[in-house]
Formats: sequence, C-alpha cells, structure tokens
Amino acid sequence: MDIVVLIKQVPDTYSERTLRQADGILDRDSADAVIDEIDSRGVEAGLQLTEAHGGQVTVLTMGPNRAVEVLRKALAMGAHKAVHINDDRLAGADAMQTSAALAAALKTLTFDLVIAGNESTDGRTASVPAMLAERLGLPQVTFVRSIDIQGSTLTAERVVEGGYAELAATLPAVISVTEKINEPRYPNFKGIMAAKSKPLTTLTLDDLGLPVDEAGLANAWTTVLEAAPRPLRAAGQKVADSGEAGNQVAQFLAASRLI
Amino acid sequence: MSEVLVLVDSIDGQVRKVTGELLTVAAKIGTPAAVVVGAPGTAAALSGQLAAWGAEIIYVAESAAATTYLITPQVSALATVAASAAPAAILLAATIDGREIAGRLAVRLDGGVLADVSDVNADLTATQSVFGGSYTVTSKVTRGIPIITLRPNSIQELAATAGAGTLTPITFEVDPAASATLVAVHPEVVGDRPELGAASVVVSGGRGVGSAENFPIVEALADVLGGAVGASRAAVDSGYYPHQFQVGQTGTTVSPQLYIALGISGAIQHRAGMQTSKMIVAVNKDADAPIFEITDFGVVGDLFKVAPQLTDAIAAHQS
Repeated sequence: MDIVVLIKQVPDTYSERTLRQADGILDRDSADAVIDEIDSRGVEAGLQLTEAHGGQVTVLTMGPNRAVEVLRKALAMGAHKAVHINDDRLAGADAMQTSAALAAALKTLTFDLVIAGNESTDGRTASVPAMLAERLGLPQVTFVRSIDIQGSTLTAERVVEGGYAELAATLPAVISVTEKINEPRYPNFKGIMAAKSKPLTTLTLDDLGLPVDEAGLANAWTTVLEAAPRPLRAAGQKVADSGEAGNQVAQFLAASRLI
Repeated sequence: MSEVLVLVDSIDGQVRKVTGELLTVAAKIGTPAAVVVGAPGTAAALSGQLAAWGAEIIYVAESAAATTYLITPQVSALATVAASAAPAAILLAATIDGREIAGRLAVRLDGGVLADVSDVNADLTATQSVFGGSYTVTSKVTRGIPIITLRPNSIQELAATAGAGTLTPITFEVDPAASATLVAVHPEVVGDRPELGAASVVVSGGRGVGSAENFPIVEALADVLGGAVGASRAAVDSGYYPHQFQVGQTGTTVSPQLYIALGISGAIQHRAGMQTSKMIVAVNKDADAPIFEITDFGVVGDLFKVAPQLTDAIAAHQS
C-alpha cells in the first residue's frame, strides 16, 4: 500500500503570530516554524499502515525553501521519500490554489491513500482535504479518529458534532485525521541519519503544468482587504476570594443581564 | 435580486439556529433561498421555521442518497441549484460538515471559499477573526461564486421578516465512486446540554479540576446556566473529560455570550479557542495565571469553593 502524507510547516502556536501589514498575509518569518502537530500524526498513521500492509510513505509539502525542514523531520520519523512543491510564484496561495497544486503533484505519484491533517493551525479552513478529494474524484474519509483497512476497503470513525460516524470507502481515498488518531513517534538518531540519504524531489509550477495566471497571491480566489490587530482585551475586575466570590460573580452576571 | 443559497442545518426535524443566522445574513445580500438536503420527508417539518426566518424559496433536495453518503450529496444538491439559480453567494454553517461541503463545492463550481466568518456585508465582504481573535480580517472572494461559512452564534438578531417559503423540489445525482458511505452515526451521550460550538454559555474545566471525579462541579454550573461543558487540553490529556469537549486551538473554537473558565491557566492554545467570547469569567488559584489578562471578572480562589457557591447563587437568583 503506497501512501502520500500531506504535511505543512506552520508558525508555532506557542509563539506570537502576526499578519503582514501590507497585504494581510501570514508573516511566516516572524515566528518559529514547525511541522503542524496534526501532520506528524498523519505521518505516524501512514507509517503504521505501511508497517502493517507493506508499501511506502511519501511526504508531500508546498512551501518556501525552509519547508524542507518538515520533510526532513518526516523522513527521520521513517517516511521513505519526500516531494517539495517549491516555487515563488505560488507564494500567498489560498486553499483553492493550494489544493490545485497538491492535486497536480499527487497525479505524478502512485498512491492508494492520501492522508492529511484535519485542519491546519494557521489557515484553519479545514477544507483542503475535501477540495483534494473533489479534484481527484475520490471519496473523502475525513475528520477520522481511527482507521482500519481490509483489502481495498477502508473503514473509519469520523468525529461529528455530538458523537461519531462510521464511514466506509473503497481505496484509493483521501483521509484526514484528528488529533486522537495516534501519538506520533519521535525521530531517533538512526532515523535522522537515514533521512539525509532518502530521495527528495522538488517540483515547480512548470513541473506541475499549472497555469501561471492562476498562481500566487495576485491570482487567488480570495483576497484580504484589511487586517487589523484586535484591540487588546482590557482585563476587568479581579477579586481574591474571601468566602463570597461565588456570590460576587453571580451579582456581576445579574448586573450584566446574563442570568 | 439574486438568490443567496443557504444550506439548511437541521437535527431531528428541527432547524438549527445557525440556519436562522445564515438566512438573516442572506437577506442583506439578496433573496434568501434555503436548500434542504435530506431523506424524503425532511423539508416538510422544516419549512415553517425556514419561512419564519426569511426564506423566500425552499429548495427541496430529498433522496435516500442524502443520508447514505458523506458530504457529496450536499455538494451535488447545492451545485445543481447553483447551476440554475446563479446565486450571488452560497452560505453554510462553519461546522465540520459545513466547511468540508464548502471546500468540495468550491472546486466543483470554481468558486472561492471564505471560512469561519463572523459576518458578511451586503457587498459580500466578510469579516474573520484569525489566530484566535488576535486579528480581525476583512476579505472577499474575487473569482467565481463566493462560498462562505459562518461561525455559529455570530449573529444575535435574527431576521424579523418572514419569507414566502415556496417549496421547490429539485433532483440531484451523487457519484458513489467518489463518495464515502455513511454506515451509521452514533451520538455520544451529552444529556440535555447544548452543543459546545453553538452554546450561548460555556463552562470549562482545566487541570485545576484535578480529576474526572471532580468534573460534576463544572457540569453543575453549566447546567444551572443551561450551558455546554468544555475542557482545556490539559484536562483532556489528563483524562478528566472526553476529547470532543476540548476548547482551544486544536479543539472546538467557541464564542459564547458567557464563558466561565474553572481551573484553567489560559495557555495561548486555550485562549485561541475562546477569547472572542463576549464575557469571560475565570476562577483560578494562581493570581498570575494568564487567563486573567482577558477576563471581565476574575476570581483568585479555590474553584471547589467558588463554583458551588456560584451555582447555588444562580439557582437562587432564578427561583
């Protein structure tokens, strides 16, 4: 079973994240860049499936030069090869453009399963896996917390509001995983050393055959008109409990017409 | 005026409130048109409420396939209506399903997606709160039909003018080969509490609650307020409360009228999931906890003393 895992380099959610004043686009240079946590779980899911069923894990990312760092991390975890979509003309891509580039890259690879995280911590549209499934004409088995594969049948549990749903699909399929899927392994020294000699392919817009006039910020399907830092929320009253704080909160809520 | 399509979100024969919010927004832009996708007979139970919330047209996309497959039935139904109605925009709830339907639909219609907005203006510009409320961003779709998902609870005043609610049946096709099958849905027991993402009051517990056995203190306060129960990542990771109730960057993002944080220090990941709440109250024994930077009313104290007293005081106020 050959699996492609989509991974993304994002600003660390534990650091201050900012938008560029000029165009409202994420300032990727201002914060520490890490593999999105959910994507390390996607890599883990891919590794577990190939360990059980055979086959190879290819990790695929789109991003600037430094995004190679997250590919190296995934290779060190055990992924077999890496593909990096890297082209300055793609900078500022929205979800539609990102899914188009990823779909074009996937068409150059052979796979039975595409694994993504359910939602990035920066863009948070949670729509790229669904877009990819549509572009590839495949079933989407998304927001899943468990996966089981028997032959060419995939079953999974999807997290839904207020419970879970059982899904079934025939491979190939696109899946997205939630953070309860597994605990990702840490790369060990042997893995880190082995990663240095694993194949890493770079693809440009031209390699993907994507039209230049549909790429990049200027040609996005959506545009940011304004990005304003939210005014800092002023801290309100703070009291130390002297035995009456519960009643004081109730009075505050009553005065605010919340009870 | 162009139609603005609203995908109806319903459960057990009831229209969810977020659909009213979507129809209210739609009326600012054009003619509100609700699209019901469900098993045969679904729309009949919903049409009265949809008309009351301003739907002029109710497209009825009913078929057995609607509940057999995941996401693709709604995508096909909306794409079918869009092909004939040429809508000004398509609006959906920013739920898990809503955001995925929006994504897949955008590819099918070659439209642009704005996800998780808090409002849409008549000119189709939309406001979004990003990085957990650190920025307010105004965006618009520049290519194709705008497909916009609205965060539940964003619109407080629902449309006061009823629409005609004219029922218009449509047929649509689903490609089974490009669809996952929905085998069964299992509700997890949440009792009578509202859904976390849509609740107007959320009471959350954190590491300070100390154990799963102590969580009824959080639940009791939520119940007296008619609210939902949430938990911080620390509480979930410690096994105090189930994962589906996690509030934060990697859990559910909430924006209720009132958020009460019990024993939550307020790590940036948690604040990113709740700091757009209208009113924030916190109880924490550490006076320097970062949660107090964003609270409207903070109590430095023992949640095991303060929360039960608050629960009793609210019950007394209500009686």
